[in-house]
Amino acid sequence: MQLSFRKVSGESGLRSLAELGHGEAATLLHLDLPHDFANRLMELGFLPGSPVCAAFSAPGGDPRVFRVEGAEIALRRETALHIMISPAPVAAL
Amino acid sequence: MATCHGDTNCGKPALLDAVSGAILPSSRLVAVVGPPNSGKSTLFNRLTGLRQRVANFPGVTVEHRLGKAQVHGHFDVDLVDLPGIYSLSPRSEDERVSHDVLYGRMKGLPRPDAILLILDSTNLSRHLTLAAPILSLGLPTLILLNLADDLRARGGKVDVASLSASLGAPVVLISAATGEGIEAVEKFLAGRIAVPRPVELPILQDVPRCRQWARGVSESAGYRRPAPPEWSRRLDRVFLHPIWGPLIFVIVVGAVFQTIFTGARPLMDGVQALVQISGAWLGRLLGPGLLKSLIVDGLWSGVGSVLVFLPQILLLFLFIGILEDSGYLARAAVIADRTMARVGLQGKSFIPLLSAYACAVPAIMATRTIENKRDRIATILIAPFMTCSARLPVYTLIIAAFLPDRPFIGPLLGTRAAALLGLYVLGFVAAVATARVLKSSILRSERTPFVLEMPPYRWPTLRSLGLRVTERAQVFLKRAGTVILGVSFLLWMLASLPLIHGVPPPIEHSLAGRLGHTIEPVIRPLGFNWKIGVGLVCSLAAREVIVSTLGTIYGMEPGKDDVSLQHALQRDLSPAGAVSLLVFFAFAMQCMSTLAVVRRETGGWKWPAIQFAYMSALAYVSSFVVFQTLSR
Repeated sequence: MQLSFRKVSGESGLRSLAELGHGEAATLLHLDLPHDFANRLMELGFLPGSPVCAAFSAPGGDPRVFRVEGAEIALRRETALHIMISPAPVAAL
Repeated sequence: MATCHGDTNCGKPALLDAVSGAILPSSRLVAVVGPPNSGKSTLFNRLTGLRQRVANFPGVTVEHRLGKAQVHGHFDVDLVDLPGIYSLSPRSEDERVSHDVLYGRMKGLPRPDAILLILDSTNLSRHLTLAAPILSLGLPTLILLNLADDLRARGGKVDVASLSASLGAPVVLISAATGEGIEAVEKFLAGRIAVPRPVELPILQDVPRCRQWARGVSESAGYRRPAPPEWSRRLDRVFLHPIWGPLIFVIVVGAVFQTIFTGARPLMDGVQALVQISGAWLGRLLGPGLLKSLIVDGLWSGVGSVLVFLPQILLLFLFIGILEDSGYLARAAVIADRTMARVGLQGKSFIPLLSAYACAVPAIMATRTIENKRDRIATILIAPFMTCSARLPVYTLIIAAFLPDRPFIGPLLGTRAAALLGLYVLGFVAAVATARVLKSSILRSERTPFVLEMPPYRWPTLRSLGLRVTERAQVFLKRAGTVILGVSFLLWMLASLPLIHGVPPPIEHSLAGRLGHTIEPVIRPLGFNWKIGVGLVCSLAAREVIVSTLGTIYGMEPGKDDVSLQHALQRDLSPAGAVSLLVFFAFAMQCMSTLAVVRRETGGWKWPAIQFAYMSALAYVSSFVVFQTLSR
């Protein structure tokens, strides 16, 4: 399932936040989540166009703490899979 | 002109042309509003101190705190602390409550006359988004930029006067924790603060545009973002380390557990001794007779048996306070999340469930940190399965009576300790199984997204820890003085009536004894006789009451006569019945205090009723199966 996801996302040039390794940063493109939940994440700083950086995680990599402007937020992998980021890395926050 | 409080001399002219926005002395209710982690509670505590109380809004589980702030000795102002919000769009229950209160639509609460809006100055471009909807309410508002000391220390800055002018509301930098700048609140409430000309603010619905506006406003006010919190990142490198993280987690949890268990012992023994000594003194004062029996043996020992748990509960809340205020609790929730997710719960359920090993009452109060309502109720419903300290005296008595102490696994673990451990495991398994059942049936929810903000680490202040512990002590003592006192009275009546020749009858002929005989047919299949039945009835109030009740029935002082009580039990209970009784106590909901707190926290009798029915049924059926299987 994970493989097929990578393949599909690879074709469209999109990656999900879940693919971001520790210390890597990228630009957030869009949130593929229900409206209310997406809004809540945006309020916390997951805004399309802003940088996001993967930080520490619980053992096993899930949930992981993400740095956005002005905040550090822990998300589960299942949520991170629906947050799309740019393929190109950016400078860490 | 600035509106001045009658007898106060305004002295200097206002900075800017002020409008009639300042607060008049007749104003009464002021709302404290702010995003989560903005230091709202710290501010509220600083302003009100101990003059506050926790309340629930009718029909919702969201709680709020009301308090009184004294302004310059002139008049009291009522403060209401609203739940932390990021916007006023009523999406979550917290936002709906804040929305309703601020629009004056909350039943039982008048519309606030003014607002204290508290924002994190180190996070301004994010927190400022809340200013637009709050200011457009048109109420006199003071904007407090909290954590000014942090902002300075990390090299950030902001021009308060310019921000104030572009928002059209007074803005001050404060530190709620140290009290820096806090006098501005008093000035504002007394109407002695300069209010700039109001500004038309944009009404923006979608988040990105709100954020853009906030960024623009903060940039024009010369806002420089502080450097990242280096210390927090350094600490996270350890606390969220793949190996050290879980290790520290286990050590922290173990230390908390150990302290509330063994560390609280001397204190609990002290309370017990105090209760006994004062009871004996009271007994001598009253002389023998019915009154002594009621006051000393009935009420005082009943309330005393619950007071004994006070040190444990306060210690637990001290720990939770330290973990939460320091910022570690959020990291612990991240580490525990995966494990908790397996049973359908989430990381934030972890601490309440851990607390339930001491007592379900504080555990259920601790579920307030869980925002998702279904997860919160599921946690509340399973918490009483964890082996609380009130079960210990019961377990110890029965195990000691029926199980000889022999080495079980090597010399380290004896048979009795192993049996006790087994009972802990049994309770835990019941909790996990129940969570699974609940989360896949009546409390099924979309797998709730786990979103948790990591606050920077900071030192907990003595002031805030002291307030937390005092607040819990008050809640607990109030309950001991009302619910527990009432139940103790009822139980004494049951055991002492009807009077025969003016003295209480032998327990067999008392109302309690008759009740025991009446329910005997029902509990006989579980292996219990009427005496155990009396114990069960009395232990509906609190589990450990069965020990003293059995002592009364057999005419012995529990504690002094442990061994003879064990012998008496051996005569009345078969080994299969003993196992059945242990299982019954592991599952049954015999705790008035827990039911009362569940009612308060869930806002009605529905959940406590479901919980009581479910746990009683589970206890009955399990004991039945155990007894019938073992005695075959």
